[in-house]
Amino acid sequence: MKILVPIKRVVDHNVKVRVKADGSGVDIANVKMSMNPFDEIAVEAATRLKEQGVATEVVAVSIGPAACQETLRTAMAIGADRAILIEATDEVQPLAVAKLLAALVAQEQPQLVILGKQAIDDDSNQTGQMLAALTGWPQGTFASQLAVDGDVLSVTREVDGGLETVALQLPAVVTTDLRLNEPRYVTLPNIMKAKKKPLATLTPAALGVDTTPRLRTLKVAEPPQRAAGIKVADVAALLPHLKPHQPTTAIA
Amino acid sequence: MTALVIAEHDHTALHSATLNAITAATQTAATVHVLVAGQHAQAVAHAAAQVAGVAQVLHADGPAHAHQLVENLAAQVVALVTAHTQQSGATRYTHIVCPATAAGKALAPRVAALLDVAQVSEVTRVVAPDTFERPIYAGNAIATVHSSDALCVLTVRGTAFAPAAASGGTANVVAIAPVADSGRSRFVSRALSRSERPELTSAKVVVSGGRALGSAEQFQAVLAPLADKLGAALGASRAAVDAGYAANDLQVGQTGKIVAPQLYVACGISGAIQHLAGMKDAKVDVAINKDPEAPIFQLADVGLEADLFAAVPALAAQL
Repeated sequence: MKILVPIKRVVDHNVKVRVKADGSGVDIANVKMSMNPFDEIAVEAATRLKEQGVATEVVAVSIGPAACQETLRTAMAIGADRAILIEATDEVQPLAVAKLLAALVAQEQPQLVILGKQAIDDDSNQTGQMLAALTGWPQGTFASQLAVDGDVLSVTREVDGGLETVALQLPAVVTTDLRLNEPRYVTLPNIMKAKKKPLATLTPAALGVDTTPRLRTLKVAEPPQRAAGIKVADVAALLPHLKPHQPTTAIA
Repeated sequence: MTALVIAEHDHTALHSATLNAITAATQTAATVHVLVAGQHAQAVAHAAAQVAGVAQVLHADGPAHAHQLVENLAAQVVALVTAHTQQSGATRYTHIVCPATAAGKALAPRVAALLDVAQVSEVTRVVAPDTFERPIYAGNAIATVHSSDALCVLTVRGTAFAPAAASGGTANVVAIAPVADSGRSRFVSRALSRSERPELTSAKVVVSGGRALGSAEQFQAVLAPLADKLGAALGASRAAVDAGYAANDLQVGQTGKIVAPQLYVACGISGAIQHLAGMKDAKVDVAINKDPEAPIFQLADVGLEADLFAAVPALAAQL
Protein backbone atom coordinates (compact mmCIF):
# COMPACT_ATOMS: atom_id res chain seq x y z
CA MET A 1 0.00 0.00 0.00
CA LYS A 2 1.26 3.43 -0.96
CA ILE A 3 0.64 6.37 1.40
CA LEU A 4 0.68 9.99 0.29
CA VAL A 5 1.47 12.54 3.01
CA PRO A 6 0.86 16.20 2.13
CA ILE A 7 2.83 18.58 4.35
CA LYS A 8 2.86 22.36 4.76
CA ARG A 9 5.72 24.68 5.62
CA VAL A 10 4.46 27.16 8.22
CA VAL A 11 5.73 29.71 10.74
CA ASP A 12 7.14 27.71 13.66
CA HIS A 13 4.62 27.14 16.44
CA ASN A 14 6.83 28.94 18.97
CA VAL A 15 6.86 32.19 16.99
CA LYS A 16 4.34 34.84 17.97
CA VAL A 17 3.59 36.58 14.68
CA ARG A 18 3.14 40.32 14.31
CA VAL A 19 0.56 41.99 12.13
CA LYS A 20 2.09 44.29 9.50
CA ALA A 21 1.50 47.98 10.12
CA ASP A 22 -0.31 48.40 6.79
CA GLY A 23 -2.80 45.62 7.66
CA SER A 24 -1.89 43.58 4.58
CA GLY A 25 -0.96 40.45 6.49
CA VAL A 26 1.40 39.13 9.13
CA ASP A 27 5.13 39.71 8.97
CA ILE A 28 6.81 36.40 8.22
CA ALA A 29 10.09 37.78 6.90
CA ASN A 30 13.05 36.24 8.74
CA VAL A 31 10.93 34.15 11.13
CA LYS A 32 11.66 30.50 11.79
CA MET A 33 9.71 28.14 9.53
CA SER A 34 8.92 24.49 10.29
CA MET A 35 6.73 21.64 9.20
CA ASN A 36 3.14 22.12 10.38
CA PRO A 37 3.04 20.08 13.64
CA PHE A 38 -0.06 18.11 12.60
CA ASP A 39 1.69 17.16 9.33
CA GLU A 40 4.69 15.92 11.29
CA ILE A 41 2.26 13.60 13.10
CA ALA A 42 0.99 12.49 9.67
CA VAL A 43 4.50 11.66 8.44
CA GLU A 44 5.15 9.73 11.65
CA ALA A 45 1.86 7.79 11.29
CA ALA A 46 2.66 6.83 7.70
CA THR A 47 6.22 5.85 8.65
CA ARG A 48 4.93 3.62 11.45
CA LEU A 49 2.52 1.91 9.04
CA LYS A 50 5.49 1.20 6.79
CA GLU A 51 7.54 -0.11 9.69
CA GLN A 52 4.63 -2.39 10.60
CA GLY A 53 4.67 -3.80 7.06
CA VAL A 54 1.24 -2.35 6.25
CA ALA A 55 2.55 0.29 3.84
CA THR A 56 5.14 -0.28 1.14
CA GLU A 57 5.94 3.30 0.22
CA VAL A 58 5.49 6.73 1.83
CA VAL A 59 5.48 9.74 -0.51
CA ALA A 60 5.61 13.25 0.96
CA VAL A 61 4.25 16.17 -1.05
CA SER A 62 4.31 19.90 -0.40
CA ILE A 63 2.91 22.87 -2.28
CA GLY A 64 4.73 26.19 -2.11
CA PRO A 65 8.02 27.92 -2.88
CA ALA A 66 11.38 26.19 -3.39
CA ALA A 67 12.12 26.52 0.35
CA CYS A 68 9.57 23.72 0.93
CA GLN A 69 12.28 21.33 -0.22
CA GLU A 70 13.80 21.71 3.24
CA THR A 71 10.49 20.66 4.83
CA LEU A 72 10.27 17.70 2.44
CA ARG A 73 13.80 16.65 3.45
CA THR A 74 12.64 16.67 7.07
CA ALA A 75 9.74 14.38 6.10
CA MET A 76 12.21 12.03 4.41
CA ALA A 77 14.44 12.13 7.50
CA ILE A 78 11.45 10.96 9.57
CA GLY A 79 10.78 8.15 7.12
CA ALA A 80 9.20 9.18 3.79
CA ASP A 81 10.78 7.34 0.85
CA ARG A 82 10.56 10.14 -1.68
CA ALA A 83 9.10 13.58 -2.08
CA ILE A 84 7.31 15.78 -4.57
CA LEU A 85 7.29 19.56 -4.56
CA ILE A 86 4.48 21.28 -6.44
CA GLU A 87 6.16 24.60 -6.88
CA ALA A 88 3.94 27.65 -6.44
CA THR A 89 5.04 31.10 -5.39
CA ASP A 90 1.61 32.69 -5.03
CA GLU A 91 -0.92 31.92 -2.30
CA VAL A 92 -2.63 28.55 -2.81
CA GLN A 93 -5.87 28.26 -0.84
CA PRO A 94 -7.27 24.99 0.59
CA LEU A 95 -9.64 24.26 -2.33
CA ALA A 96 -6.81 24.67 -4.84
CA VAL A 97 -4.48 22.59 -2.63
CA ALA A 98 -7.11 19.85 -2.57
CA LYS A 99 -7.44 20.01 -6.37
CA LEU A 100 -3.66 19.73 -6.79
CA LEU A 101 -3.58 16.78 -4.40
CA ALA A 102 -6.52 15.12 -6.19
CA ALA A 103 -4.61 15.43 -9.47
CA LEU A 104 -1.55 13.92 -7.82
CA VAL A 105 -3.65 11.12 -6.33
CA ALA A 106 -4.82 10.26 -9.86
CA GLN A 107 -1.16 9.98 -10.94
CA GLU A 108 0.28 8.25 -7.89
CA GLN A 109 -2.70 6.02 -7.00
CA PRO A 110 -2.11 5.84 -3.22
CA GLN A 111 -4.47 3.80 -1.08
CA LEU A 112 -4.28 6.22 1.79
CA VAL A 113 -3.64 9.95 2.22
CA ILE A 114 -2.69 11.11 5.73
CA LEU A 115 -2.42 14.82 6.46
CA GLY A 116 -2.66 17.22 9.37
CA LYS A 117 -6.14 18.28 10.43
CA GLN A 118 -5.20 21.94 10.39
CA ALA A 119 -2.29 24.19 9.47
CA ILE A 120 -1.33 26.45 12.35
CA ASP A 121 -0.97 29.52 10.13
CA ASP A 122 -4.37 29.95 8.47
CA ASP A 123 -6.14 27.59 10.91
CA SER A 124 -8.52 26.51 8.14
CA ASN A 125 -8.97 22.80 8.85
CA GLN A 126 -10.26 22.12 5.31
CA THR A 127 -7.78 20.45 2.97
CA GLY A 128 -8.26 16.79 3.96
CA GLN A 129 -12.05 16.99 3.84
CA MET A 130 -11.90 18.75 0.47
CA LEU A 131 -9.53 16.15 -0.96
CA ALA A 132 -11.87 13.40 0.24
CA ALA A 133 -14.76 15.16 -1.50
CA LEU A 134 -12.90 15.57 -4.78
CA THR A 135 -11.71 11.95 -4.85
CA GLY A 136 -15.05 10.60 -3.62
CA TRP A 137 -13.20 8.83 -0.81
CA PRO A 138 -14.40 8.45 2.78
CA GLN A 139 -12.70 10.64 5.39
CA GLY A 140 -11.46 9.98 8.91
CA THR A 141 -10.92 13.44 10.39
CA PHE A 142 -9.21 14.28 13.72
CA ALA A 143 -7.74 10.78 14.08
CA SER A 144 -6.24 9.65 17.38
CA GLN A 145 -5.83 5.97 16.38
CA LEU A 146 -5.50 4.05 13.11
CA ALA A 147 -5.64 0.36 12.27
CA VAL A 148 -5.61 -1.24 8.83
CA ASP A 149 -7.31 -4.60 8.31
CA GLY A 150 -7.26 -5.69 4.67
CA ASP A 151 -9.03 -3.00 2.69
CA VAL A 152 -10.73 -1.49 5.73
CA LEU A 153 -9.23 1.29 7.82
CA SER A 154 -10.45 1.75 11.36
CA VAL A 155 -10.15 5.35 12.56
CA THR A 156 -10.77 6.56 16.11
CA ARG A 157 -11.72 10.22 15.94
CA GLU A 158 -11.57 13.00 18.53
CA VAL A 159 -15.09 14.44 18.53
CA ASP A 160 -16.94 16.84 20.83
CA GLY A 161 -17.73 14.86 23.96
CA GLY A 162 -15.28 12.01 23.46
CA LEU A 163 -14.17 9.52 20.84
CA GLU A 164 -15.85 7.93 17.82
CA THR A 165 -14.63 4.99 15.75
CA VAL A 166 -15.52 4.57 12.08
CA ALA A 167 -14.52 1.90 9.57
CA LEU A 168 -13.56 3.31 6.18
CA GLN A 169 -13.33 1.44 2.90
CA LEU A 170 -9.88 2.09 1.39
CA PRO A 171 -8.81 4.22 -0.40
CA ALA A 172 -9.43 6.92 2.19
CA VAL A 173 -8.26 10.25 3.59
CA VAL A 174 -7.20 10.64 7.23
CA THR A 175 -6.49 13.90 9.08
CA THR A 176 -4.40 13.72 12.24
CA ASP A 177 -5.12 15.02 15.70
CA LEU A 178 -2.57 15.60 18.45
CA ARG A 179 -2.92 12.28 20.20
CA LEU A 180 -2.27 10.04 17.17
CA ASN A 181 1.44 9.77 17.97
CA GLU A 182 4.49 11.64 19.14
CA PRO A 183 6.79 12.21 16.16
CA ARG A 184 10.33 10.88 16.56
CA TYR A 185 13.35 13.13 16.69
CA VAL A 186 15.20 13.07 13.41
CA THR A 187 18.73 11.76 13.80
CA LEU A 188 21.80 12.98 11.96
CA PRO A 189 22.28 9.71 10.01
CA ASN A 190 18.66 9.93 8.86
CA ILE A 191 19.11 13.57 7.82
CA MET A 192 22.12 12.48 5.75
CA LYS A 193 20.15 9.59 4.22
CA ALA A 194 17.26 11.93 3.41
CA LYS A 195 19.56 14.09 1.29
CA LYS A 196 19.99 11.17 -1.09
CA LYS A 197 16.30 10.35 -1.42
CA PRO A 198 14.56 11.45 -4.64
CA LEU A 199 12.73 14.79 -4.73
CA ALA A 200 10.73 15.57 -7.87
CA THR A 201 9.29 18.94 -8.80
CA LEU A 202 5.93 19.57 -10.49
CA THR A 203 3.90 22.68 -11.28
CA PRO A 204 0.17 23.39 -10.90
CA ALA A 205 0.02 23.89 -14.68
CA ALA A 206 1.50 20.44 -15.30
CA LEU A 207 -1.27 19.00 -13.11
CA GLY A 208 -3.87 21.05 -14.98
CA VAL A 209 -5.12 22.88 -11.91
CA ASP A 210 -6.19 26.52 -11.74
CA THR A 211 -5.06 27.85 -8.36
CA THR A 212 -6.68 31.30 -8.58
CA PRO A 213 -7.78 32.22 -5.02
CA ARG A 214 -11.52 32.39 -4.35
CA LEU A 215 -11.08 34.29 -1.12
CA ARG A 216 -9.49 37.71 -0.94
CA THR A 217 -8.04 38.97 2.33
CA LEU A 218 -9.15 42.58 2.67
CA LYS A 219 -7.16 43.26 5.81
CA VAL A 220 -5.42 41.66 8.75
CA ALA A 221 -5.69 43.34 12.13
CA GLU A 222 -4.41 42.85 15.66
CA PRO A 223 -6.96 41.20 17.93
CA PRO A 224 -8.40 43.45 20.66
CA GLN A 225 -5.89 43.69 23.51
CA ARG A 226 -6.87 43.01 27.08
CA ALA A 227 -6.23 45.65 29.70
CA ALA A 228 -3.47 44.78 32.15
CA GLY A 229 -4.67 42.76 35.11
CA ILE A 230 -3.82 42.76 38.78
CA LYS A 231 -2.05 40.31 41.07
CA VAL A 232 -3.52 39.45 44.42
CA ALA A 233 -1.51 38.39 47.45
CA ASP A 234 -3.46 35.41 48.71
CA VAL A 235 -6.58 33.24 48.51
CA ALA A 236 -8.58 35.63 50.67
CA ALA A 237 -7.93 38.44 48.20
CA LEU A 238 -8.89 36.24 45.26
CA LEU A 239 -12.22 35.13 46.74
CA PRO A 240 -14.14 38.37 45.97
CA HIS A 241 -13.31 37.88 42.28
CA LEU A 242 -14.87 34.40 42.20
CA LYS A 243 -17.85 34.83 44.52
CA PRO A 244 -20.02 36.86 42.09
CA HIS A 245 -19.87 33.93 39.67
CA GLN A 246 -21.00 31.37 42.21
CA PRO A 247 -24.44 29.97 41.38
CA THR A 248 -27.01 30.35 44.11
CA THR A 249 -27.53 26.60 44.14
CA ALA A 250 -24.15 25.01 43.64
CA ILE A 251 -23.86 21.46 42.38
CA ALA A 252 -23.58 19.25 45.46
CA MET B 1 -30.66 35.46 -0.25
CA THR B 2 -31.26 32.28 1.73
CA ALA B 3 -28.96 30.59 4.21
CA LEU B 4 -29.09 26.88 4.98
CA VAL B 5 -28.03 25.95 8.51
CA ILE B 6 -27.00 22.34 9.07
CA ALA B 7 -28.48 21.28 12.42
CA GLU B 8 -26.36 19.42 14.92
CA HIS B 9 -28.34 17.01 17.08
CA ASP B 10 -28.52 13.55 18.64
CA HIS B 11 -31.83 12.58 16.92
CA THR B 12 -33.81 13.65 19.99
CA ALA B 13 -32.59 17.17 20.81
CA LEU B 14 -31.07 20.06 18.93
CA HIS B 15 -27.49 20.84 20.01
CA SER B 16 -27.17 24.39 21.33
CA ALA B 17 -24.39 25.17 18.82
CA THR B 18 -27.09 25.14 16.14
CA LEU B 19 -28.75 28.14 17.80
CA ASN B 20 -25.54 30.18 17.54
CA ALA B 21 -25.19 29.16 13.88
CA ILE B 22 -28.78 30.30 13.21
CA THR B 23 -27.95 33.75 14.61
CA ALA B 24 -24.93 33.97 12.32
CA ALA B 25 -27.09 32.84 9.39
CA THR B 26 -29.66 35.57 10.02
CA GLN B 27 -26.81 38.09 9.71
CA THR B 28 -25.82 36.76 6.29
CA ALA B 29 -29.18 36.26 4.56
CA ALA B 30 -32.79 37.43 4.79
CA THR B 31 -34.23 33.91 4.93
CA VAL B 32 -32.93 31.02 7.03
CA HIS B 33 -33.63 27.34 6.39
CA VAL B 34 -32.45 24.50 8.63
CA LEU B 35 -31.58 20.99 7.48
CA VAL B 36 -32.22 18.22 9.99
CA ALA B 37 -30.77 14.93 8.74
CA GLY B 38 -31.25 12.03 11.12
CA GLN B 39 -33.12 8.85 11.85
CA HIS B 40 -36.43 9.12 13.70
CA ALA B 41 -35.46 12.72 14.36
CA GLN B 42 -38.96 14.23 14.14
CA ALA B 43 -38.52 15.83 17.57
CA VAL B 44 -35.42 17.66 16.35
CA ALA B 45 -37.17 18.91 13.21
CA HIS B 46 -40.03 20.12 15.39
CA ALA B 47 -37.60 21.87 17.77
CA ALA B 48 -35.79 23.54 14.85
CA ALA B 49 -39.12 24.86 13.55
CA GLN B 50 -39.68 26.62 16.88
CA VAL B 51 -36.40 28.54 16.74
CA ALA B 52 -36.89 32.26 16.20
CA GLY B 53 -35.77 33.41 12.76
CA VAL B 54 -36.15 30.06 10.97
CA ALA B 55 -38.41 30.15 7.89
CA GLN B 56 -38.34 26.49 6.89
CA VAL B 57 -37.02 23.18 8.20
CA LEU B 58 -36.00 20.50 5.72
CA HIS B 59 -36.14 17.10 7.31
CA ALA B 60 -34.33 14.14 5.75
CA ASP B 61 -34.99 11.00 7.75
CA GLY B 62 -33.44 7.65 6.94
CA PRO B 63 -31.02 4.90 7.95
CA ALA B 64 -28.11 6.57 6.11
CA HIS B 65 -28.24 9.28 8.78
CA ALA B 66 -28.53 6.96 11.80
CA HIS B 67 -24.93 7.68 12.85
CA GLN B 68 -24.52 10.99 11.05
CA LEU B 69 -21.71 9.74 8.85
CA VAL B 70 -20.21 12.77 7.15
CA GLU B 71 -20.08 11.14 3.71
CA ASN B 72 -23.88 10.72 3.74
CA LEU B 73 -24.61 14.08 5.33
CA ALA B 74 -22.45 15.92 2.77
CA ALA B 75 -24.28 14.09 -0.05
CA GLN B 76 -27.60 15.14 1.50
CA VAL B 77 -26.60 18.80 1.66
CA VAL B 78 -25.33 18.76 -1.92
CA ALA B 79 -28.53 17.05 -3.16
CA LEU B 80 -30.64 19.68 -1.43
CA VAL B 81 -28.62 22.64 -2.69
CA THR B 82 -28.52 21.26 -6.23
CA ALA B 83 -32.27 20.60 -6.27
CA HIS B 84 -32.94 24.16 -5.13
CA THR B 85 -30.69 25.57 -7.83
CA GLN B 86 -32.35 23.53 -10.58
CA GLN B 87 -36.02 23.97 -9.70
CA SER B 88 -37.41 27.02 -11.41
CA GLY B 89 -38.55 29.63 -8.95
CA ALA B 90 -37.06 27.82 -5.99
CA THR B 91 -34.87 29.57 -3.48
CA ARG B 92 -31.25 29.55 -4.40
CA TYR B 93 -29.05 29.10 -1.37
CA THR B 94 -26.43 31.79 -0.95
CA HIS B 95 -24.96 30.50 2.32
CA ILE B 96 -24.43 27.17 4.04
CA VAL B 97 -23.73 27.65 7.74
CA CYS B 98 -22.38 24.99 10.12
CA PRO B 99 -21.35 25.41 13.74
CA ALA B 100 -17.55 25.21 14.12
CA THR B 101 -17.83 21.98 16.11
CA ALA B 102 -16.03 18.71 15.35
CA ALA B 103 -19.00 17.64 13.21
CA GLY B 104 -19.34 20.99 11.45
CA LYS B 105 -15.62 21.19 10.71
CA ALA B 106 -15.67 17.70 9.20
CA LEU B 107 -18.72 18.49 7.06
CA ALA B 108 -18.36 22.05 5.72
CA PRO B 109 -15.15 21.62 3.67
CA ARG B 110 -16.47 18.39 2.14
CA VAL B 111 -19.66 20.16 1.06
CA ALA B 112 -17.75 23.19 -0.25
CA ALA B 113 -15.42 21.09 -2.39
CA LEU B 114 -18.31 19.04 -3.79
CA LEU B 115 -19.92 22.33 -4.85
CA ASP B 116 -16.59 23.79 -6.06
CA VAL B 117 -16.62 26.78 -3.73
CA ALA B 118 -14.26 28.02 -1.04
CA GLN B 119 -15.01 27.56 2.65
CA VAL B 120 -14.52 30.15 5.38
CA SER B 121 -13.64 28.63 8.76
CA GLU B 122 -14.39 29.80 12.32
CA VAL B 123 -16.18 32.99 11.34
CA THR B 124 -16.32 35.38 14.31
CA ARG B 125 -18.14 38.28 12.62
CA VAL B 126 -20.29 38.82 9.57
CA VAL B 127 -19.14 42.09 8.00
CA ALA B 128 -21.28 41.77 4.86
CA PRO B 129 -23.04 38.80 3.21
CA ASP B 130 -19.81 37.98 1.35
CA THR B 131 -17.26 39.35 3.87
CA PHE B 132 -16.30 37.77 7.17
CA GLU B 133 -13.85 38.10 10.03
CA ARG B 134 -11.94 35.06 11.22
CA PRO B 135 -8.95 34.52 13.49
CA ILE B 136 -5.68 33.22 12.03
CA TYR B 137 -2.34 32.30 13.65
CA ALA B 138 -3.97 31.05 16.86
CA GLY B 139 -5.99 34.23 17.17
CA ASN B 140 -2.92 36.48 17.04
CA ALA B 141 -4.38 38.16 13.97
CA ILE B 142 -7.91 38.72 12.68
CA ALA B 143 -8.37 38.45 8.92
CA THR B 144 -11.23 40.03 7.01
CA VAL B 145 -11.91 37.83 3.98
CA HIS B 146 -14.14 38.40 0.98
CA SER B 147 -15.54 35.48 -1.01
CA SER B 148 -16.00 35.74 -4.77
CA ASP B 149 -18.13 32.58 -4.91
CA ALA B 150 -21.92 32.75 -5.41
CA LEU B 151 -22.32 30.41 -2.45
CA CYS B 152 -20.49 30.92 0.85
CA VAL B 153 -19.89 27.84 3.00
CA LEU B 154 -19.10 28.88 6.57
CA THR B 155 -18.31 27.37 9.92
CA VAL B 156 -19.11 29.84 12.67
CA ARG B 157 -17.60 30.09 16.13
CA GLY B 158 -20.36 29.64 18.70
CA THR B 159 -18.86 31.99 21.27
CA ALA B 160 -18.99 34.87 18.76
CA PHE B 161 -22.76 34.70 18.13
CA ALA B 162 -25.51 34.79 20.75
CA PRO B 163 -27.86 31.79 20.56
CA ALA B 164 -31.16 32.32 18.72
CA ALA B 165 -34.25 31.99 20.91
CA ALA B 166 -35.32 28.34 20.97
CA SER B 167 -38.99 29.30 20.84
CA GLY B 168 -41.15 31.84 19.07
CA GLY B 169 -40.54 30.55 15.57
CA THR B 170 -43.28 29.14 13.36
CA ALA B 171 -41.43 27.47 10.51
CA ASN B 172 -43.01 24.69 8.51
CA VAL B 173 -41.30 21.31 8.29
CA VAL B 174 -40.84 19.88 4.82
CA ALA B 175 -39.83 16.23 4.46
CA ILE B 176 -37.17 15.61 1.82
CA ALA B 177 -35.94 12.29 0.46
CA PRO B 178 -33.00 10.92 2.44
CA VAL B 179 -29.89 9.92 0.50
CA ALA B 180 -28.78 6.29 0.30
CA ASP B 181 -25.77 5.12 2.31
CA SER B 182 -22.45 5.72 0.52
CA GLY B 183 -21.23 2.24 1.39
CA ARG B 184 -17.75 3.68 1.93
CA SER B 185 -17.86 4.28 5.67
CA ARG B 186 -19.42 2.53 8.63
CA PHE B 187 -20.05 3.59 12.20
CA VAL B 188 -18.34 1.30 14.73
CA SER B 189 -18.61 2.83 18.19
CA ARG B 190 -18.76 6.01 20.20
CA ALA B 191 -17.28 6.54 23.66
CA LEU B 192 -18.67 9.78 25.03
CA SER B 193 -17.67 11.04 28.44
CA ARG B 194 -20.68 11.40 30.71
CA SER B 195 -20.65 14.47 32.86
CA GLU B 196 -23.11 16.26 35.10
CA ARG B 197 -21.21 19.45 34.49
CA PRO B 198 -22.20 22.15 32.00
CA GLU B 199 -21.02 21.74 28.44
CA LEU B 200 -17.53 23.25 28.08
CA THR B 201 -18.07 25.60 25.13
CA SER B 202 -21.25 27.16 26.51
CA ALA B 203 -20.45 27.08 30.26
CA LYS B 204 -20.58 30.35 32.21
CA VAL B 205 -17.63 29.31 34.35
CA VAL B 206 -14.70 27.09 33.38
CA VAL B 207 -12.11 25.69 35.79
CA SER B 208 -9.12 24.54 33.79
CA GLY B 209 -6.00 22.60 34.74
CA GLY B 210 -2.53 22.13 33.32
CA ARG B 211 0.36 19.72 33.56
CA ALA B 212 1.14 20.97 37.08
CA LEU B 213 -1.76 18.82 38.34
CA GLY B 214 0.57 15.83 37.99
CA SER B 215 -1.92 12.99 37.52
CA ALA B 216 -5.47 12.20 36.40
CA GLU B 217 -6.42 11.52 40.03
CA GLN B 218 -5.11 14.86 41.26
CA PHE B 219 -6.67 16.66 38.29
CA GLN B 220 -10.08 15.49 39.52
CA ALA B 221 -9.37 15.64 43.25
CA VAL B 222 -8.04 19.21 43.18
CA LEU B 223 -10.20 20.83 40.50
CA ALA B 224 -13.58 19.10 40.90
CA PRO B 225 -14.46 20.62 44.31
CA LEU B 226 -13.80 24.15 43.00
CA ALA B 227 -15.74 23.41 39.80
CA ASP B 228 -18.61 22.08 41.93
CA LYS B 229 -18.74 25.26 44.00
CA LEU B 230 -18.75 27.42 40.88
CA GLY B 231 -21.10 25.21 38.84
CA ALA B 232 -18.28 25.13 36.31
CA ALA B 233 -17.23 23.00 33.38
CA LEU B 234 -13.77 21.45 33.54
CA GLY B 235 -11.19 22.31 30.91
CA ALA B 236 -7.56 21.40 30.37
CA SER B 237 -4.42 22.50 28.60
CA ARG B 238 -2.98 20.41 25.81
CA ALA B 239 -0.13 19.36 28.10
CA ALA B 240 -2.62 17.95 30.62
CA VAL B 241 -4.52 16.08 27.90
CA ASP B 242 -1.36 14.71 26.29
CA ALA B 243 -0.19 13.50 29.71
CA GLY B 244 -3.48 11.65 30.14
CA TYR B 245 -4.72 13.74 33.08
CA ALA B 246 -7.88 14.81 31.24
CA ALA B 247 -9.99 13.55 28.33
CA ASN B 248 -9.30 14.92 24.84
CA ASP B 249 -12.66 16.68 24.67
CA LEU B 250 -11.64 18.93 27.58
CA GLN B 251 -8.76 20.51 25.67
CA VAL B 252 -9.06 24.28 25.38
CA GLY B 253 -6.98 25.97 22.71
CA GLN B 254 -6.22 26.76 19.08
CA THR B 255 -7.02 23.26 17.91
CA GLY B 256 -9.31 22.23 20.76
CA LYS B 257 -12.36 23.91 22.22
CA ILE B 258 -12.84 27.66 22.06
CA VAL B 259 -14.50 29.01 25.21
CA ALA B 260 -15.70 32.47 26.23
CA PRO B 261 -17.13 32.07 29.72
CA GLN B 262 -17.89 34.82 32.23
CA LEU B 263 -15.09 33.40 34.40
CA TYR B 264 -12.11 31.24 33.45
CA VAL B 265 -9.93 29.92 36.27
CA ALA B 266 -6.59 28.62 34.93
CA CYS B 267 -4.87 26.42 37.51
CA GLY B 268 -1.25 25.46 36.88
CA ILE B 269 -1.44 26.48 33.22
CA SER B 270 1.63 28.33 31.98
CA GLY B 271 -0.21 29.89 29.04
CA ALA B 272 1.23 28.75 25.70
CA ILE B 273 -0.12 30.90 22.83
CA GLN B 274 -2.03 27.87 21.58
CA HIS B 275 -3.90 27.66 24.90
CA LEU B 276 -4.52 31.41 25.12
CA ALA B 277 -6.14 31.22 21.67
CA GLY B 278 -8.89 29.10 23.19
CA MET B 279 -9.76 31.21 26.23
CA LYS B 280 -8.75 34.82 25.72
CA ASP B 281 -12.35 35.86 25.10
CA ALA B 282 -13.25 34.97 28.68
CA LYS B 283 -14.82 37.92 30.46
CA VAL B 284 -12.73 37.49 33.60
CA ASP B 285 -9.61 35.39 33.52
CA VAL B 286 -8.13 34.23 36.82
CA ALA B 287 -4.74 32.51 36.86
CA ILE B 288 -3.23 30.53 39.71
CA ASN B 289 0.37 29.55 39.11
CA LYS B 290 3.45 29.31 41.28
CA ASP B 291 5.75 30.49 38.48
CA PRO B 292 5.79 34.31 38.51
CA GLU B 293 7.11 34.30 34.94
CA ALA B 294 4.23 32.21 33.53
CA PRO B 295 2.88 33.93 30.39
CA ILE B 296 -0.69 33.39 31.60
CA PHE B 297 -0.15 36.26 34.09
CA GLN B 298 0.27 38.71 31.20
CA LEU B 299 -3.28 37.99 30.08
CA ALA B 300 -4.97 37.32 33.41
CA ASP B 301 -7.30 39.91 34.91
CA VAL B 302 -6.52 38.55 38.35
CA GLY B 303 -3.40 36.54 39.09
CA LEU B 304 -2.47 34.64 42.21
CA GLU B 305 1.11 33.49 42.49
CA ALA B 306 0.72 30.38 44.66
CA ASP B 307 0.99 26.63 44.77
CA LEU B 308 -2.26 25.40 43.27
CA PHE B 309 -2.33 22.35 45.57
CA ALA B 310 -2.78 24.72 48.51
CA ALA B 311 -4.66 27.58 46.88
CA VAL B 312 -7.34 25.69 44.93
CA PRO B 313 -8.63 23.56 47.84
CA ALA B 314 -8.56 26.67 50.06
CA LEU B 315 -10.67 28.56 47.51
CA ALA B 316 -13.14 25.70 47.23
CA ALA B 317 -13.42 25.50 51.01
CA GLN B 318 -14.12 29.20 51.39
CA LEU B 319 -16.66 29.61 48.59
